[in-house]
Amino acid sequence: MKYIDEYRDSKLCEKLASQIAKIAKGKYITLMEVCGTHTMSIARYGIKNLLPPNIQLLSGPGCPVCVTADADIDKAIAYAEKENIILTTFGDMMKVPGTFSSLSTEKSKGREIKVVYSAADALQLAISNPEKIVVFLGVGFETTIPTVAVSILDAKMNGIKNYYVLSMHKLIPPALRALLDDKEVCVDGFILPGHVSTIIGVEAYKVIPEEYGVACAITGFEPVDILQGILLLVKQIVYGKPRVENQYRRVVKEHGNPKAQRLIEEVFEPTDCEWRGLGVIPRSGLKIKDKYSDFDIEKKIKIKIQKRKKNTRCICGEILRGVKTPLDCTLFGKRCTPENPVGPCMVSSEGTCAAYYKYGFNSRAMQEEKL
Amino acid sequence: MCLGIPVKIVEKKGSVGIGEIGGVKREVDLRLVNNVKVGDYVILHAGFAIQVLDEKEAEEMLSLLREVFERL
Ligand code: SF4
Repeated sequence: MKYIDEYRDSKLCEKLASQIAKIAKGKYITLMEVCGTHTMSIARYGIKNLLPPNIQLLSGPGCPVCVTADADIDKAIAYAEKENIILTTFGDMMKVPGTFSSLSTEKSKGREIKVVYSAADALQLAISNPEKIVVFLGVGFETTIPTVAVSILDAKMNGIKNYYVLSMHKLIPPALRALLDDKEVCVDGFILPGHVSTIIGVEAYKVIPEEYGVACAITGFEPVDILQGILLLVKQIVYGKPRVENQYRRVVKEHGNPKAQRLIEEVFEPTDCEWRGLGVIPRSGLKIKDKYSDFDIEKKIKIKIQKRKKNTRCICGEILRGVKTPLDCTLFGKRCTPENPVGPCMVSSEGTCAAYYKYGFNSRAMQEEKL
Repeated sequence: MCLGIPVKIVEKKGSVGIGEIGGVKREVDLRLVNNVKVGDYVILHAGFAIQVLDEKEAEEMLSLLREVFERL
């Protein structure tokens, strides 16, 4: 397919990889891919096998499903338990365990929970079920948030009174700052998420090289993109010139997508928000502005969730900060598999544990990691 | 979850487009982008085009890479 196949050219990949090895010259470099889609591509195309052993790739907190806190899943379940509510969600959220249950378990108990492809589909469901309250579980980063904003504006414009959003949206730049402020986390460069950046642009990341001296490359999702992104990062690191480079120029513009940014600002405002593994990060989440409170389920029906501790040996939190890998987890591949996931990093199709499980238990990079 | 794929816009009526990928057609909401023309490629995410793909930029990047590596 056009604009996909040519970025999978294996010859070009090999050349990029040898250039990376040549420039890195044995220097130990740690890079973090922030986006779950990158984690999946890196695993699928065996990118770790193409890189020299001195370059380490870690996964970060870039899968919206994985970073959703237990208490937030509990809250979604509490709404689904209410009479008359149809809870709608992206499919990936269904199996994520909260403290004691998951949406898919609740569905099997007879709760009305429906998987939708988009917020627009949830709004359609509200229109065709006027006697019900339809709640869309708003999970996602900057890429997805404008599409939810549009659904709220559409509901308002069309006078729909039974469509609500439970906003658990999260923002990437504050999470990156939180990671960099964490003493346990060591990264030399970030492979920045291509589609989040499509919305927020290049500028949003400038503090990272300026304040923290960490290299940055906004990167596309095909193997040529990822290797070229890594080459840009390695050059910045080896030559001591950290900055924000844009490998994915065919899609990401300097100022992002201003129209989408305006829609986000119209409907949402920043709020403190809890991330699995990272804790509460100031102004890293979005809540619905008062102006649109008619569409905010938390304003219509108040639910207080008690924080409860759950005891599993899942280390997703540490994996999301890049301080551990799935191979450090005693449950990985044994008690925890994609069929029977214990933690969200195995549930989500873009989770790090799922990527490790699906592609290359036996790959060279993973063997080395084990040693 | 931020997956976005390049689709070709083959029809357009106001702010609703029909996108085609690998022979499959589907509706694309064009309200997040400006000036999309039939024949353009857009990045599709959750039913919306989130950006128009810059074809010139896409080709330049590849030919630049190929050129650099041919000289090596
Ligand atoms: S393998 Fe399973 S239990 Fe272990 S960290 Fe990953 S998701 Fe959690």
